[in-house]
Amino acid sequence: MALQSLDIKQRSATTTPSTQVRETIEIAKLIDVSACIGCKACQVACSEWNDIRDEVGNCHGVYDNPMDLSAKSWTVMRYTEVEQDNKLEWLIRKDGCMHCADPGCLKACPAPGAIIQYSNGIVDFHQENCIGCGYCVTGCPFNVPRISKEDSKAYKCSLCSDRVAVNQAPACVKACPTGAIQFGSKEDMKDYAAKRVEDLKERGYDQAGLYDPQGVGGTHVMYVLHHADKPDLYAGLPANPSISPLVALWKGFAKPLATLALAGVALGSLFHYVTKGPNEVSKEIEDEIEREDKEEAK
Amino acid sequence: MTNHWVDIKNADLVFVMGGNPAEAHPCGFKWAIEAKKNRKAKLVVVDPRFNRTASVADYYAPIRSGSDIAFLGGVINYLLSNDKIHHEYVKAYTNASFLIDGGFGFEDGIFTGYNEEKRSYDKSTWKYQMGDDGFAKVDETLQDPRCAFQMMKAHYSRYTPEMVSQVCGTPKDAFLKVCEYIASTAAADKTMTSLYALGWTEHSVGSQNIRCMAIIQQLLGNMGMAGGGIGALRGHANVQGITDMCAYAQNLPGYLKAPTDADKDRASYLASRTPKALRPNQMNFPQNFPKWFTSLCKAWWGDAATAENDFAYDYLPKLGGASDTLSIFNAMYEGKINGFFCQGFNPLASVPNKRKVGDGLAKLKYLVIIDPLATDTSEFWKPHGEFNDVKPAEIQTEVFRLPTSLFAETSGTFTNSGRVIQWRWKAAEAPGDSKDDTEIIANLFLRLKAMYAKEGGAFADPILKLTWNYTQPLKPSSEELLREINGKAISDVLDPKDPTKVLVKAGEQLPSFAFLRDDGSTACGNWIYSGVWPQAGNLSARRDNSDPSGLGQTLNWGFAWPVNRRILYNRASADPSGKPWDAKRTVLKWTGSAWAGNDIPDMRPNAAPEEMVMPFIMNPEGVARLFARDMLAEGPFPEHYEPFESPLDNNPMHPNNPKAKSNPAARVYKGDMEAFGTAKDFPYVATTYRLTEHFHYWTKQSRINAIMQPEQFVEIGEELAKEKGIVAGDRIKIRSNRGFIKAVAVVTKRIKALDVDGKKVHTVGIPIHFGFKGATKPGFITNTLTPFVGDANVQTPEFKAFLVNIEKA
Repeated sequence: MALQSLDIKQRSATTTPSTQVRETIEIAKLIDVSACIGCKACQVACSEWNDIRDEVGNCHGVYDNPMDLSAKSWTVMRYTEVEQDNKLEWLIRKDGCMHCADPGCLKACPAPGAIIQYSNGIVDFHQENCIGCGYCVTGCPFNVPRISKEDSKAYKCSLCSDRVAVNQAPACVKACPTGAIQFGSKEDMKDYAAKRVEDLKERGYDQAGLYDPQGVGGTHVMYVLHHADKPDLYAGLPANPSISPLVALWKGFAKPLATLALAGVALGSLFHYVTKGPNEVSKEIEDEIEREDKEEAK
Repeated sequence: MTNHWVDIKNADLVFVMGGNPAEAHPCGFKWAIEAKKNRKAKLVVVDPRFNRTASVADYYAPIRSGSDIAFLGGVINYLLSNDKIHHEYVKAYTNASFLIDGGFGFEDGIFTGYNEEKRSYDKSTWKYQMGDDGFAKVDETLQDPRCAFQMMKAHYSRYTPEMVSQVCGTPKDAFLKVCEYIASTAAADKTMTSLYALGWTEHSVGSQNIRCMAIIQQLLGNMGMAGGGIGALRGHANVQGITDMCAYAQNLPGYLKAPTDADKDRASYLASRTPKALRPNQMNFPQNFPKWFTSLCKAWWGDAATAENDFAYDYLPKLGGASDTLSIFNAMYEGKINGFFCQGFNPLASVPNKRKVGDGLAKLKYLVIIDPLATDTSEFWKPHGEFNDVKPAEIQTEVFRLPTSLFAETSGTFTNSGRVIQWRWKAAEAPGDSKDDTEIIANLFLRLKAMYAKEGGAFADPILKLTWNYTQPLKPSSEELLREINGKAISDVLDPKDPTKVLVKAGEQLPSFAFLRDDGSTACGNWIYSGVWPQAGNLSARRDNSDPSGLGQTLNWGFAWPVNRRILYNRASADPSGKPWDAKRTVLKWTGSAWAGNDIPDMRPNAAPEEMVMPFIMNPEGVARLFARDMLAEGPFPEHYEPFESPLDNNPMHPNNPKAKSNPAARVYKGDMEAFGTAKDFPYVATTYRLTEHFHYWTKQSRINAIMQPEQFVEIGEELAKEKGIVAGDRIKIRSNRGFIKAVAVVTKRIKALDVDGKKVHTVGIPIHFGFKGATKPGFITNTLTPFVGDANVQTPEFKAFLVNIEKA
């Protein structure tokens, strides 16, 4: 349930007006890619704070591990070797939820209160309300949410909303040994980023800049990039992310209708649950979403 | 480290070679990032691989593993031939002006005095010309062809940029670019800090790799400066501590060279260990050796150590020969050792040539494992498929496992790379039947003592009379041990200038090693740690991080040895007149009556500059050594030698002298020379290293680390992969002349083929960490592949450069 220290700005599939009384500072996490050494301390801290343990996998011929985000890996480092003008760079980006100001997941979510945006900017999933439909996956321009095979619920980085609520920095920030992950008010983070960009420009990175994409209203996880003109170099960070037009359509016009339909689905699921158990329903939905994802990736 | 972790933030240039701190020391590496962010410092990396440190560097240059001396010799030549040295510093604070013995010479890779059969040198000419006054002769003009400066210049003139490129495979322009960065710190107010770790030590020329940097830092005037110095980055939270305590046979605690069979009595032992000053007015601090040694004997044997019995000198064991790790495992392999206590050590995984180690362990009657984990070594006898292919029926060794608590389950100290001793508090109870290491050793000792008391023995006194005054004899506390290490006055310590004045009362903790005596009135377990627990209490537990200078000199945080000094040789941060070379980074200055500043002076506090007491007080010269006399096994100037397994047929610097191909003074055991492979069968240079995700061979037992890096892999360049038809993710077999391992191929742009001596040389990078015990996917032990040869001085194994072949598994 909502944490008392955090005011809610918006709630999925809910029209209740947001709170207005308290003043909340908009926060942000800034990932300075130019100071990141790819040590994965953030991955470990995330697992430990949130009590999640992914599977012990295999080496796939790269440093990345786990290979992708999952319901039990809310952040992963992505390593890319780039050679331009005879200069080799090993670009290492911490991937995870960007906490968009205009969150596609929340817009797409049909389950009341399953996705919350706090007034500080954090976008949080409240799994107790999640119906596992996977619309948030479709709605996300960064391909972040993952549906758990264990409980058919969507999971992702919470920006440690529980820590932030008591004035603590997220676990990854706390663990980062080089200060590559900074945390504070969005304003302060932008100032800090400006200094880093200036330093990078002095070191010959003419196109250094801040990644705070306006297509999603800006984000509460931002990057300092050496090549801000080519975010795609960093393991496919989208240059101009925006919410899928389908979601916009869904939100504006079709959603009220579909919510009714979904209620029907939910009812159907209940019968299904009674007769066959929960997993198969979610698997069907999952497969559908995976197909969608693959098509989108093409 | 001559300086300390936080001080890296004061550097103008962070030069990383022989280490990969972003990977292996990520927390300390933050200070390199701070230097970049706040001082606009540059970070330059030279390494066989474009590694995690290189990923945040301003400049990276590749190098063939095992050719560091050629590279650094080239840097020395560059600095000298382009006149990029700090002249005043070199002249005043190094032995540049010292004249060298007329008999000393160097010819085609070999210094004077070589004995090929013994693989060692007669070093009698590796010394200074001595004057009638008993001091070394000098030529202050540095023009005499026999002065260290001129001889060094001649020695390194052969290390041209072309030669560097030929030997190292580093493109000439990349080498020159690195030289430019380094040379920029020759200015009096600019500093470079050098960070290295096992990438320099784990070679058959390891000590000389580091000597090269010592020469470079002297030429640049960077020793003693904030943001300067040489940082030996230690691989374990407390490996500095274990080195300081000298928990190995060659040294006694505090780096006191242990007595050998040749040291027949205390007087001759002390005479050979106590140097005489080589220049007038110098502190020659090791002249205090008798005080340190006598106090150690008093700490160990108390009242039983008396002037009459030479302070129990005869109780000390005398070394009869080599006692390093390689020599011990060689003796074990030869069946000369019956029992082995293995405490916090996993030799099956961490000693070269796993097969030889395993065969040695199989010849023991008993093996005792004292460790928190069920190590690979503890199951050396147990078949684990092809990962540990052994036949238990043929192994009779009895193995005991004594589980210990982990570091977080005991209190005590860690000494970090920066020599800062920090108390740590117990955080959790140890599980099950595990006991603290001290409790296990105490139990063992007291039972042995009881047996000696009851049954007698050949020479029982050293055991029966050993000091053991702990409140709970079976459980000595860390507090008691640290107090004992610090030392105390046994009887009143008197002022030598005024014997009526008592400096330390009998029974009190000593304030520092300045109060140690050689008359039996003081006891001290480790002279360099003296001061950590004075009468005022445990200074290692201090946690005041206030930093008045802003330089990170937090003198009230923990306690740094010696005497809480944070930057060694800090007198050299000021010019001969006592004025700081860089006023913005003042470490020390002469106030007119005393040395003062932001550190504990590494100088007699009232030594006025005109007295010309030089900053390198631990050297009898008073100055730092460009020419290292007879201190190292293979020569006073570092010379490039090939690794014992080299991709080249000869040493390109001495193509016609096979004696000078590899380190002429390195020890090679019978059978090991034959086990070296040649480039014909094993064409690729292999190097082993660590990954951020793991810690040695421990964390493979921890699930969360296993998730982050679950399986053994090997890195190869794209060109080699293409030649061999290997793609990323393939399983490949890596063979050396000693065995094979299998691992997943990581194919990368970060390792490039190098053009070495007209030959294309590929590098194969092999992380350690994996094995058959743990939460990671079961795998092979990397040290199956590595050669059984070490550095000629300290026998650190050559893990970083050897030969392999690869194929698809």
